[in-house]
Amino acid sequence: MAEKILFKYIDYPDQHKIDVYMKNGGYTALSKALKEFKPEELVEMVKKTNLRGRGGAGFPAGVKWSFLPKGINKPTYLIINADESEPGTFKDRQLMEYDPHQMIEGTIITSYAINCHTAFVYIRGEFTYCAEQTEKAINEAREKGFIGKNILGSGFDLDIHIFRGGGAYICGEETSLMESIEGWRAMSRQKPPFPAVEGLWGCPTIINNVETISNIPHIVNNGADWFASIGTEKSTGTKIYCLSGHINRPGNYELEMGVTLRELIYEYGGGIIDDKPLKAVIPGGSSVPILKADEIDINMDFESLAEKGSMLGSAGVIVMHDGACMVAALQKLTKFYEHESCGKCSPCREGTNWMDKILKRMLNGEGKPEDVDLLFDVAKNIMGNTVCPLGDAAAMPVMSFIEKFRDEFENLCNGGKPKGTIKFPFR
Amino acid sequence: MLSDSAKEKLAELKGKYPTKEASILPALHVVFEDCGYLSVDQMDEAADIIGVSRLDINETATFYTLFPKEKVGKYLIQVCDNLSCSLMGADSLVEYLQEKLDIKVGETTPDGLFTLWTVECLGSCGTAPMMQVNDRYYERLTRAKVDELIEKWRNTK
Repeated sequence: MAEKILFKYIDYPDQHKIDVYMKNGGYTALSKALKEFKPEELVEMVKKTNLRGRGGAGFPAGVKWSFLPKGINKPTYLIINADESEPGTFKDRQLMEYDPHQMIEGTIITSYAINCHTAFVYIRGEFTYCAEQTEKAINEAREKGFIGKNILGSGFDLDIHIFRGGGAYICGEETSLMESIEGWRAMSRQKPPFPAVEGLWGCPTIINNVETISNIPHIVNNGADWFASIGTEKSTGTKIYCLSGHINRPGNYELEMGVTLRELIYEYGGGIIDDKPLKAVIPGGSSVPILKADEIDINMDFESLAEKGSMLGSAGVIVMHDGACMVAALQKLTKFYEHESCGKCSPCREGTNWMDKILKRMLNGEGKPEDVDLLFDVAKNIMGNTVCPLGDAAAMPVMSFIEKFRDEFENLCNGGKPKGTIKFPFR
Repeated sequence: MLSDSAKEKLAELKGKYPTKEASILPALHVVFEDCGYLSVDQMDEAADIIGVSRLDINETATFYTLFPKEKVGKYLIQVCDNLSCSLMGADSLVEYLQEKLDIKVGETTPDGLFTLWTVECLGSCGTAPMMQVNDRYYERLTRAKVDELIEKWRNTK
């Protein structure tokens, strides 16, 4: 296992304070970036690392940056997406609470690389402590002259604003996030135009996840080849895997991309609670297709999971033992998407509501045998038919739960009792 | 009526962003912090200060679930009941709180001290079960921990 990169100092006392961060090597990358690199060289460097977006979509960050149009007379904005809300995911919060300067240094370097002078950190509304820590850190960095006018004598100016959300999952989707900053109901925009061309207030905008941006200082310090040598060929670097559910040692684990799901669960996570048999795992946050217990000998990188019909997503790993009823578990997820759908596209707005209704009647013992196919059909008709990925995110769990655990759905719809011992009442 | 300090904070938002409307969400946070919920009157007041239409601020406010639109208890208890927390006993936590506070989910105690809600994922899945009370997180909850917290809040009316 390669050395930890993002979590190297996560437990170090007072790492959130600028003096400690700097004692541990912080802000050397900023000075190096400003003195030794032209902005376009940094973009090329990040492109060469193949650093892929850690928010869920996995799009290469450097390629995204290179989509910015040249020579237009409009400001460029950078938004750090800290609207962490995908069920099963809780890594960005830890990064910001315990080592906020790492993200801030990454933000400053990235702003320099893309010629941005106003950056926003969009933090989900519930994360008050996280916003407080980040704000303190931004103020400290401003006092040291790392944010503001003429940073370190380079002539480069930057201001960073914290923008707090209002508790809407949809704001993690980049176009909705921009609607939210602009002050409107956060309903997604049709793409194209992509944000890099026409984003916040119609200006070129880059949106990157907290974990993605936190990697930037390390790339500047150690070089593109170093970063590309970690992980797998196409999924480079480390990844923070979030372990939750029926696991002995839940929490965040920063490991090299490509660690197997079995190692993650049994070695790092300490195995299943009460040594019960594993039943199923959601490997990448609530939106991605579920895996059965016999599918865990798989590498946790973008390609390997896609090959198996699932996704790495945000790497929120939710583990379930045999006490979990899959119909009840799915209803918890479907209720979430029903609640979080912004209401713009009919398939998602109506479909999530119907899926939740069908699941509830199954759990109430009122399901009809044809309900299993009906539920699958509703999901299938949401898939690919909405403006933003929330529709797919709601449909994928439903389709995969039915494909892999059809017997449990049929059992309930034929008068059977729910499987499992965990109480899962629903509201 | 908004407090003077809230009005000052709202006035500071003017001119901070390229458009007036971008101050709406920050303004809602100011009102929420000041009053504990958003009423139409307070939002109208805020809209007038930041210079946006009253309709726009209301339209935006009703999209976001973070802000209660009606008065809630002094302690707003929000228990996450999404999947990871449910797997770890969120539901028995909710039941216990209902019993202990003698209210159902969605209700407020008659003394106005506690409101109990269940909410969607709060990004604290590795420390389940958990709840948010006002703006703080309380994680890895047990009945003993809940007893201790409720006792503390009852004594600091």
